[in-house]
Amino acid sequence: MEHKKLNPELVELVQKWKDKEGNLIMILHEIQNHHGYVPRELSLELSKMLDVPLARIYEVITFYNYFKLEPPGKHRIALCMGTACYLRGSAVILEEIKSILGIQEGQTTKDGLFYLDAVRCLGCCGLAPVVMIDNKVYGKVKKNEIADILSKYIKEE
Amino acid sequence: MAKNISLKIDGKPCNCEASLTVLEACQKNGINIPTLCYLKDINKEAACSICLVEIKGAKNLARSCVTSVKEGMEIATNTPRVRNARKLNMELLLAGHPKDCLCCDRNQSCELRKLAFDMGISQVRFPKTIKTELPLDTTSVSLVRDPNKCILCGRCVSVCSGIQSVKAIDFSGRGKSSKVTTFFDSGLANSVCVNCGQCLLVCPTGAITEQGATDGVWQELADPKKFVVVEVAPAVRAAIGEEFGMPAGTLATAKMTQALRKLGFAKVFDTQFSADLTIMEEGYELIGRIKNKGKLPLITSCSPGWIKFAEHFFPGILGHVSSCKSPQQMFGAIAKTYYAEKYNLDPRNIVVVSIMPCTAKKFEAKRPEMKSAFAYWKDKLSLKESESFYDVDYVLTTREASRLIKEAGIDFINLAGEDFDAPLGVSTGAAVIFGATGGVMEAALRTAYEVLTGKNLEKVDFMELRGLTGIKVAEVDIDGLKVKVAVANSLSNARVLLDEVKAGRSPYVFIEIMTCPGGCIGGAGQPIPTDEAVRLKRIEAIYREDKNKALRKSHENPAVQALYKEFLIKPLGEKSHHLLHTHYTERKEVK
Repeated sequence: MEHKKLNPELVELVQKWKDKEGNLIMILHEIQNHHGYVPRELSLELSKMLDVPLARIYEVITFYNYFKLEPPGKHRIALCMGTACYLRGSAVILEEIKSILGIQEGQTTKDGLFYLDAVRCLGCCGLAPVVMIDNKVYGKVKKNEIADILSKYIKEE
Repeated sequence: MAKNISLKIDGKPCNCEASLTVLEACQKNGINIPTLCYLKDINKEAACSICLVEIKGAKNLARSCVTSVKEGMEIATNTPRVRNARKLNMELLLAGHPKDCLCCDRNQSCELRKLAFDMGISQVRFPKTIKTELPLDTTSVSLVRDPNKCILCGRCVSVCSGIQSVKAIDFSGRGKSSKVTTFFDSGLANSVCVNCGQCLLVCPTGAITEQGATDGVWQELADPKKFVVVEVAPAVRAAIGEEFGMPAGTLATAKMTQALRKLGFAKVFDTQFSADLTIMEEGYELIGRIKNKGKLPLITSCSPGWIKFAEHFFPGILGHVSSCKSPQQMFGAIAKTYYAEKYNLDPRNIVVVSIMPCTAKKFEAKRPEMKSAFAYWKDKLSLKESESFYDVDYVLTTREASRLIKEAGIDFINLAGEDFDAPLGVSTGAAVIFGATGGVMEAALRTAYEVLTGKNLEKVDFMELRGLTGIKVAEVDIDGLKVKVAVANSLSNARVLLDEVKAGRSPYVFIEIMTCPGGCIGGAGQPIPTDEAVRLKRIEAIYREDKNKALRKSHENPAVQALYKEFLIKPLGEKSHHLLHTHYTERKEVK
């Protein structure tokens, strides 16, 4: 794995927040924004700089959905599990995606191509069930279409 | 004088200090409120919602452990509403808890099981909470964590951070995926955990247990080729009776010795023998450092939790830590060298089992450097590296030892009692008190005084070093030489003294550190419950045993004197250096 280091901007941020209440979460936010996740090595570094126990950092990262432990995939699949989509069978779609990619919700495929997220309402219930990959919306998706949709992204590589 | 207020509990007017919680006020007035997550002075997470009470005028029921009393408050602790709510919460907890109590390690000491019974729970109206079976954390050689049995009370997290200042574990996730774990779930062995096991002692369920070693010991005992000897730590005799229903504070030394002999151990020896030996080595180390202006303060090294703590958090001061191995390890090294030679035994066939009040001792015995006897014999017997053996082969906790005794059907309480075997079972009162906080210091002073001055020490009791106070200090007059000493029990207290050492402003010459509150008598291998009252009683027992001993000073131990005469030659000599002393290594936060 590539060795991640706190970039100079973050070091500055750590200095700024070091002695203030609630510093950990502010800094973790910055790290999440910068890397798309909170790399393990950065938690180790941060623990030393702030004198916060590692177990505590892990608690915060895992408590908030906002923080991710793994690098995001190249393409983010957002599957709607809101009421309308759910009633229109999004659970079946979810299972299909999971079985094709071999990952669970919140995980990234081994090749780093896809990240799977189950979300609540994407704002187009008329198209239920809805899958969104990056910024492209796929509406009224059927189970047997999933493989085709995903293969487009795989071919691009 | 604290301000007093008046209030009503269950219709009865009463008074109490204004600073109390509702729970404390009720307890002071003889009313028992069931609690689960609450642990006096340690945990106030208000996580379980069992200690609910009704307060007049309040819309919701209140958790008594975190609600402060107020003037004129009217508290009801036993109404149908209160009982129903408590039961409901208990049933919800039980719905997510495994029901394999019959085979659980904590079968007889589970607070959850007892509380459910006391609360009259006869059924759980909820289906089993759907929880995926979580993997056990078996990475540690000392402790096993089973998150499936965890009820998320938070006691372990509080004791690890508050009492020990180690902070190896914390909650992770949220909602139904909440659990207590280490950084990135990487397991206790890969964290800063020092194996003290105080988390185990406070856990109300069987979610944290020791890594068991009883099976291995049974196997060795059944092997006719093996010469299986046992060594027993001082604190065990002051507690093991509790496992057989005897009251806390019972000294069960003679019964314990006989029971172990009945189990089939070839020799029943005493870690107190090597505790006396430790005092000789450590005492001379201290005297040497005082005379030669060496690194001071010297810090004791018998408590393996503290050693790992120092290696993680204070690597810069490792030079202050005595190079002496702990009594457990000195015993193993001597049993497999001196004793083997004296009685013409093949060291490869000697199995050393130790019975300890401690979980960290399991880790200590498996440190790679603890193979001194093998190094001693390697060339003499032309042994291959693959034939290497540890100085101590198996470490059992007090609880595990009692399980062996129960399993063998020995009527412990009615045993007449027997003595330890000679020579490695001979000890003095100075060795007994290793089991209580302040004891190692007191034992060292008894010997250091006489060695330094050549005079007889009349008053052997150092009362100012005894008791449960977190940090105890004293100035000892050794024939005009004023020696400042300090004693800390629990690692948060140790941290205070260590910060001073680190900053180079420690006023002390000698410091004793014990990992667990109260010292070894409060270790995580001891019977459950181990609370403050129990600790005090075990400490009393320890000093009683000290008083009963004919000899009270380590250097008077005839078996230790013979060991030096016949084998070691002198304290800190060549053989001592190889067999009785060790070194420490800086450890990273995580692997």
